[in-house]
Amino acid sequence: MTTHANGLAVDVRGLRKQYGDVTAVDGIDLGIRRGEVFGLLGPNGAGKSTTVEILQGNRDRDAGEVSVLGSDPAHGTRAWRSRVGIVWQDESAPAELTVRETVRHFARYYPRPRDPEEVIGLVGLEAKAGSRIKALSGGQRRRLDVALGVIGGPELLLLDEPTTGFDPAARRQFWDLIRKLSAEGTTIVLTTHYLEEAEALADRLAIIAQGQVVAEGEPAGLRERYGTGATVEWTDPDGTPRAERTDTPTRTVGTLMARFDGEIPGLRVRRPTLEDVYLRLTGQEDAR
Amino acid sequence: MTTTAVRPRADALAERLPGVWGIGLQRGALELRQFFRQRDQVVFTFAFPVVFLFLFASIFRDDVRNAGITASQLYVPAMMAAGIMSTSFQSLGISIAIERDEKVLRRLRGTPMPPASYFLGKVWLVLVTGLLETAILLLVGTAFYDIDLPTDAGRWFDFAWIFVLGLTACALLGIAISSVPKTGKSATSVVVLPFLVLQFISGVYIAIDTIPDWMLNIGALFPLKWMCQGLRGVFLPESAQVLEQAGGWEFGRIALVLGAWCVGGLLLCLLTFRWKNRRDG
Repeated sequence: MTTHANGLAVDVRGLRKQYGDVTAVDGIDLGIRRGEVFGLLGPNGAGKSTTVEILQGNRDRDAGEVSVLGSDPAHGTRAWRSRVGIVWQDESAPAELTVRETVRHFARYYPRPRDPEEVIGLVGLEAKAGSRIKALSGGQRRRLDVALGVIGGPELLLLDEPTTGFDPAARRQFWDLIRKLSAEGTTIVLTTHYLEEAEALADRLAIIAQGQVVAEGEPAGLRERYGTGATVEWTDPDGTPRAERTDTPTRTVGTLMARFDGEIPGLRVRRPTLEDVYLRLTGQEDAR
Repeated sequence: MTTTAVRPRADALAERLPGVWGIGLQRGALELRQFFRQRDQVVFTFAFPVVFLFLFASIFRDDVRNAGITASQLYVPAMMAAGIMSTSFQSLGISIAIERDEKVLRRLRGTPMPPASYFLGKVWLVLVTGLLETAILLLVGTAFYDIDLPTDAGRWFDFAWIFVLGLTACALLGIAISSVPKTGKSATSVVVLPFLVLQFISGVYIAIDTIPDWMLNIGALFPLKWMCQGLRGVFLPESAQVLEQAGGWEFGRIALVLGAWCVGGLLLCLLTFRWKNRRDG
């Protein structure tokens, strides 16, 4: 019960997981507070999914201490499972049942379920409530997955790459849904490799690369801490675009003003974005 | 949030968790609904043994020497036993392998559904479909192939326990074999081959007195041979006992073997059942 005392929904220390010779998770520490939206960000294969699967109680770990809502997920009881909602990365629901039948049925597993009709409305599937699941589009199925993840009224919702394959409009709708759930007080942990998603949703995030947390904090804070310097861009008189990376952009602009004697063509001063920070921290800077 | 504020809530949740039997019943209803909505599956599941009964019982219809029955009559209990095994062993073996591959099982495992309720749901599905299958075959058998319904209650009692024990043993073996196929796609081949072989060496397709003894002895290790034998004992006249390997119906031994398979099958399931595919670790 220590995690309740320190207000953490998820408390992970020194987590390790090896698949054969490959170390998927290499000593991760995480402290996720009650009520926050926490993003786990990282490239494919960084260890995000393995970490979340261990939190779900769906995968064994090799080392480390894990506490989720005060219990070790490796020994999750039925009562514990009823407090944790899961949205998996790749789901399949019974194709021959309707949305309403499925949501109602899953509600019966829980001691204090939410109202099935309300949950169907929450994920925006009212119009499809009577349709067989096999007739749903990919995005609609994903929303059903979320409905089944929240039907038990979880205190903690774990989502693994929930918006992979969504079109931009569906992604925005999904973000609204996450914000609604968060406003209701649900603690939310989601993995993603979409930067804008992490920036839009997460109160705090951890960037994971090669099985380790390389940075952790609020999105804006991360940008400030790791995004030092700026890039000054302009166009030379012969038409060549130029760019200079500098810690003193004001001085660089001053020098340019003297040289151009008036307007500087194509002038732009760019502070690093979260994406620049992310790419640098995950060692993918060259990808830009 | 303090410890004292949280602990009572967790305990209260544990007390309010829905019961194993109740959820099992709900799952049974769900399984049946899913089953009957796949119309092609329904038609083929129930038609398969009927078509085979028609083919075999129409091709082989001569009197069986010294036994006082026709070959057609022999095929009715044989197909009933095969029907029971197909609705339990074959359908569970394939469907659970597919559910595991498509991560239906993993998702259920992530909810507070009690694992036993999942199996209870399968039991309801198998019981209803098995009863229907048996009733259809019995109807065809009495209408076209000179099978008489038993008149004394003792025979009906034998029928009931052979049905229940045979169905249970085959269902448990079906659950166990569902862990063998690596993917849902390979499940049908993996499950159907042993079922077909057993049908040949247990006296379903080939009359029991024409199968070589060594084959019959292998068949006798599994439930199907004993289900066939028991159902012959229920629905054929006493004169047909001469065809049996032991020269009698051997109801006691049948109960023993089927009962042993129920216990052994349960142990096998408990030891080997997995909620995830091998790839998923």
